[in-house]
Amino acid sequence: MACFLIPAAEAVVTTIVTKVIEKKEKAPQEVRVQFNGGLSETVTGIPFSEKLKWLGNMLWGGSALLAFEHVWHGEIVPWFPFLTAAGDPANTSEMLHEMATAGVSMAVLVTAVWFGLLGVSALIEKRAKKALPVEE
Amino acid sequence: MTLLTTVFAAIICTIIWYATAPKNEMKVSILCWIYWGASIMWFVDAIFEYAELQEEFFYPAPADMLNDFYLGLSVVALGLIIWLVILLIKDPKDVVKAALFKKKS
Repeated sequence: MACFLIPAAEAVVTTIVTKVIEKKEKAPQEVRVQFNGGLSETVTGIPFSEKLKWLGNMLWGGSALLAFEHVWHGEIVPWFPFLTAAGDPANTSEMLHEMATAGVSMAVLVTAVWFGLLGVSALIEKRAKKALPVEE
Repeated sequence: MTLLTTVFAAIICTIIWYATAPKNEMKVSILCWIYWGASIMWFVDAIFEYAELQEEFFYPAPADMLNDFYLGLSVVALGLIIWLVILLIKDPKDVVKAALFKKKS
């Protein structure tokens, strides 16, 4: 009915937070990392704002495609109040219930997956730095 | 079917991204995020639908399946359009720029 509005709202907040962090963030540290077992190269890690963009892209993309699905099923219309369920009080309460259950679950799962990605990327970065041979 | 179609689109895009990494000149990573985000959301939707329909969830009517597949393909097309617009605006290879400005001979 309107479950995509919750991830869309989170996407707005994520984008604002990303912009704020981008302005305050310091340049990432340079580190030497070995690729494919060959010579080590000097590289910079990905800043946190870049990782926050992953979450923003997932939320914006998912919300946009889900919004299209709602248009497909006639749940979004180009005239006020735009959501067909918002026109009828009985449907409105059902819509709000769906937003509170499915919508919140969507936002939570996308965020949980993003946290998982953060953990995996941190682990890969840690391993890459450890694998570097000791310079004499 | 919509979930399956989107998941397959996400998997294909991720394979293309991995094969062309670390270049990412075509910004395929954006397409990956779009499809994975949608896949996760439709997965949640499917869980709620399963909780409501139980066994019926696995035996949809052929007409509904066809409609869902049609929707899935349309969703994939919309994702591609969004990616194409972002690609042309960001123009990482300066192709649009080169097409708009001609060098003085």
